Amino acid sequence: MELKLKIWRQKNSGEKGAIIDYNVKKIDPDMSFLEMLDVLNQDLIKSGEEPVAFDHDCREGICGMCSLVINGSPHGPDKGTTTCQLHMRRFKSGDTIYIEPFRGTAFPVIKDLVVDRSAFDRIQQSGGYVSVNTSGNTVDANATPIPKPDADEAFKAAACIGCGACVASCKNSSAMLFVGAKVSQYSRLPQGKVEARERVLNMVKQMDKEGFGNCTNTGACEAHCPKGISLDNILNLNREYIKAKIRK
Amino acid sequence: MALSGIFLMVFLVQHLAINLTSLIPDNGYTFNKISHFMGYNPVVQFILQPILMLGVCFHFTMGIFLEYQNRRARKSKYVFHKTRSSWISKNMILSGLVVLAFLALHFYDFWVPEMDYKYVSKLIPAEDRYYHELQEKFHNSTRTVIYCISFVLLGLHLNHGLASSFQSVGVTTSSQKKLKLIANIYSISIAIGFTVVAVFHYFSH
Ligand code: HEM
Ligand code: SF4
Ligand code: FES
Repeated sequence: MELKLKIWRQKNSGEKGAIIDYNVKKIDPDMSFLEMLDVLNQDLIKSGEEPVAFDHDCREGICGMCSLVINGSPHGPDKGTTTCQLHMRRFKSGDTIYIEPFRGTAFPVIKDLVVDRSAFDRIQQSGGYVSVNTSGNTVDANATPIPKPDADEAFKAAACIGCGACVASCKNSSAMLFVGAKVSQYSRLPQGKVEARERVLNMVKQMDKEGFGNCTNTGACEAHCPKGISLDNILNLNREYIKAKIRK
Repeated sequence: MALSGIFLMVFLVQHLAINLTSLIPDNGYTFNKISHFMGYNPVVQFILQPILMLGVCFHFTMGIFLEYQNRRARKSKYVFHKTRSSWISKNMILSGLVVLAFLALHFYDFWVPEMDYKYVSKLIPAEDRYYHELQEKFHNSTRTVIYCISFVLLGLHLNHGLASSFQSVGVTTSSQKKLKLIANIYSISIAIGFTVVAVFHYFSH
């Protein structure tokens, strides 16, 4: 396969970026999207140019490190897949592909396609945990009975890998799906209920502080989330938040 | 945002219900009666009307502020962005501003003359004038067309707005599908209802 790539290049967070055109040849349809970028970078290194910086780690859809907005869509054209799971057979030889970073004021570009998603870490640190003493007196998880539907909902919410595609897809750069998943994951379990009030208030406060936009329920996040995190988590977040505000 | 939107949606049902009485073939008798009651009842005039105005002002001010904040949340724009969400959900500010412009015209058409009649010129209350005033307004084809276009955009605004406001206040139905269905029924009824009244009076002379 031969492809025309239009890639966002940006030296650092301070400088202006632009779309630069590249051509790649000899791409195997069975390569992953990131392997295709590896081929491009190999060519660039050989010709003495700066390779394109992009994020990745596990390359098997579990870590949430890969990103990229491919032809306008975060994580590319397929539903329920991360960029690292996207294969080149999804494209035709001769195609033009736009590749941009996840954009949002709270996700500043570090270099090229790499953005700083540490805002998510700070939200998580502000309340995305349960405080338990693990030093020698750990309680067996199965000792606390949990209704199956609650366990299932919590488990589905916990599937969020924190990639940030929800923010990248949202016209408002809102992080409500991510925060909704993280809040719901705990709020549905007895262990998480103890700190439910502080958790939701603190996480929402941190989310706003980071400069994410407001949710207007366009539903783009759910449609682009590689883990199929449901909008119901935003509903639950709104409920938890209202409940916490009333119970002052 | 959501609460003021829900409040306005309830108001619209009441407004439409009164408008529909103008279709009753009794030469405007029922419509005149209700209009007169609304126009001279002190509770409606001096308590409900100001609350409604505050609600509208709050809603569009917050809507514009929300849009401003959300634009700031993505200072560097995508060169190419194509997301899987409906057009109307992404353009609430556009449909909202059209509705706002329509409201300005609507006030100029009906509210300003009413205020003048009652409080400036201080004319004698006449119970049978409303139906004729209404018919006269809709003899103008430009006005009728502008009203109808606005109703379509209002319908779209409400179609997303109803589902969105429920989600925002944490209220839901058993499924997202059912919520969408309710939003469709409500928004289409509102848009068609108001349009029918306007078109009826355009042709009924
Ligand atoms: C006066 C002009 C208006 C403007 C400028 C305006 C603007 C907006 C904006 C920007 C939004 C937020 C976008 C979103 O949630 O997706 C919104 C939401 C909404 N609007 Fe309006 N609007 C106007 C009139 C109305 C009217 C007349 C109604 C109802 C009768 C209405 C009902 C709603 C509802 C229910 C929502 C959803 C609230 C939410 O998402 O939480 N709007 N409007
Ligand atoms: S909700 Fe989905 S899109 Fe958002 S961070 Fe989690 S996995 Fe990624
Ligand atoms: S690289 Fe880990 S999810 Fe894609």
